[in-house]
Amino acid sequence: MGEIAIEVDGLRKSYDGVEAVRGLSFGVERGEVFGLLGPNGAGKTTTVEILEGYRERSAGEVRVLGHDPQVRDRELQQRVGIVLQSCGFYPRLTVREAVEHMAKAYPRPRDPRETIDLVGLGEKADARSNKLSGGQRRRLDLALALVGDPELVFLDEPTTGFDPAARRAAWGVIDTLKDLGKTVLLTTHYLDEAQALADRVAIVKDGAMVAEGPPSDLGPSSAGYRVSYLAGGRRVEHQTDDPTDLLHRLTGDAIARGEPLEGLEVARPTLEDVYLELTESARCDVEQEPRQR
Amino acid sequence: MTPLTLAWQQFRLERKLFWRNPSAAFFSFVLPLALLLLVASVFGSDQQELETLIPGIAGMSVMATTFNAMAYNLTFLREQGILKRVRGTPVPLPSYFAGFLGNAVANAFVQVLLVVVLGNLLYDVTWPRDWAALLLFTAVGVVAFGALGIAFSHVIPNFDSTAAYVNAVFLPAIFISGVFYSSDSLPRVLDTVAEVLPLKHVIDGFSGAIVTGQGVVDNAAALAVVAGWGALGLLLAVRFFRWE
Repeated sequence: MGEIAIEVDGLRKSYDGVEAVRGLSFGVERGEVFGLLGPNGAGKTTTVEILEGYRERSAGEVRVLGHDPQVRDRELQQRVGIVLQSCGFYPRLTVREAVEHMAKAYPRPRDPRETIDLVGLGEKADARSNKLSGGQRRRLDLALALVGDPELVFLDEPTTGFDPAARRAAWGVIDTLKDLGKTVLLTTHYLDEAQALADRVAIVKDGAMVAEGPPSDLGPSSAGYRVSYLAGGRRVEHQTDDPTDLLHRLTGDAIARGEPLEGLEVARPTLEDVYLELTESARCDVEQEPRQR
Repeated sequence: MTPLTLAWQQFRLERKLFWRNPSAAFFSFVLPLALLLLVASVFGSDQQELETLIPGIAGMSVMATTFNAMAYNLTFLREQGILKRVRGTPVPLPSYFAGFLGNAVANAFVQVLLVVVLGNLLYDVTWPRDWAALLLFTAVGVVAFGALGIAFSHVIPNFDSTAAYVNAVFLPAIFISGVFYSSDSLPRVLDTVAEVLPLKHVIDGFSGAIVTGQGVVDNAAALAVVAGWGALGLLLAVRFFRWE
């Protein structure tokens, strides 16, 4: 397939003897939206900040657009856009002034006006950043990351603290990035966000990868399909790896009785089920460790 | 854009932000001038007192526009994550800091000139007898107090406590360094402390350059003390620099 935008191999990072990242490996292709998903404290932000060049790794190999981000060379920084988890602006600068100023730092910037429109801040272009709402500030973050027309965009928890409408709007912008052919590395602890946006997802727990793949493929590892229906007002649920036979029997019985099969549902496990299953078992492993020693 | 153009762009942005920030403009420009006018109105008839006050206020202005401003601004930029954002962009860091520091340097020079001009026009203090010494002491003072302000920002835990930290240094410094009255009348202990700190020496240099006509050679010891603080400040500022 396409070229590799990000390569991570055996990445480790410890702070004061505590390992925040323990041997992560993954790759992100150009034009792909890749989601790093995991609970708080899983090591997502540490990983992204190493890729952004903010932190130095303890061990492992990292390549971002062919560069080692730790070297912090300008050529790489010109091709990357960063949306940090905690944002900050000059409070007395307007949206337009902030974006126009940032554009000067890049060799081939996007048009500032158009960038502001792209993130949906057109009406607030002349508002000072300290007058913006939380969601609007996040959009300004995005505009500042995009105005340099980067090939690769890092988004660290881009919608944390958003109300549902603002989240939808942000998702729309991230979809636009994909349409523009950008590579996006996204961290989130929201499952639906990873599911809605990412082409591929890596689930991280305690600094290690517990699953990786397209959200749709991270499906049935053990749970299989869930088939459920209402019988006498109560929901009856079956789990099966092959629902064909079960459905044939259920519907056949219902027709034979001359009754409708009420509330019939066939569902593949959602990413949420997989996520909970994986992160639960990962936690159990950790708890068992001391006892084994 | 070249690194030089980017530094110039950052400088212009910092100027814009400075004038949009009423408290920065007040503490850097209005307060020293207001103190000058108030104190001078008390001692207006005593020419010797005025000749102490003008270099004193000029020295205080250097400290206010650099030490105080650096400590305030860096603590704010760090707490807000603005420094971290800058670090993630391709702006060369020397360009960024040149623009950022250039703003404080400009404020210091403008303020020293304003004090000298007001001193002459309103209070008949002579025009500086040694302009070169005046400019040199301003320059070295700016570097020393700017670097010390950056270094000091590293010990300030958060922006809310900045005013307390900065004034805990600034207010005692101006009272013992001979801003408002000759430091000869201070108790010996306080005078000794002032002799060790840099502000008194900047003021001595200004006093020589403006009033008595003593130049750089006469005040070489004072210049050396200020430069020493500058070297220490730069060392600490760089060694312990924190981006977040």
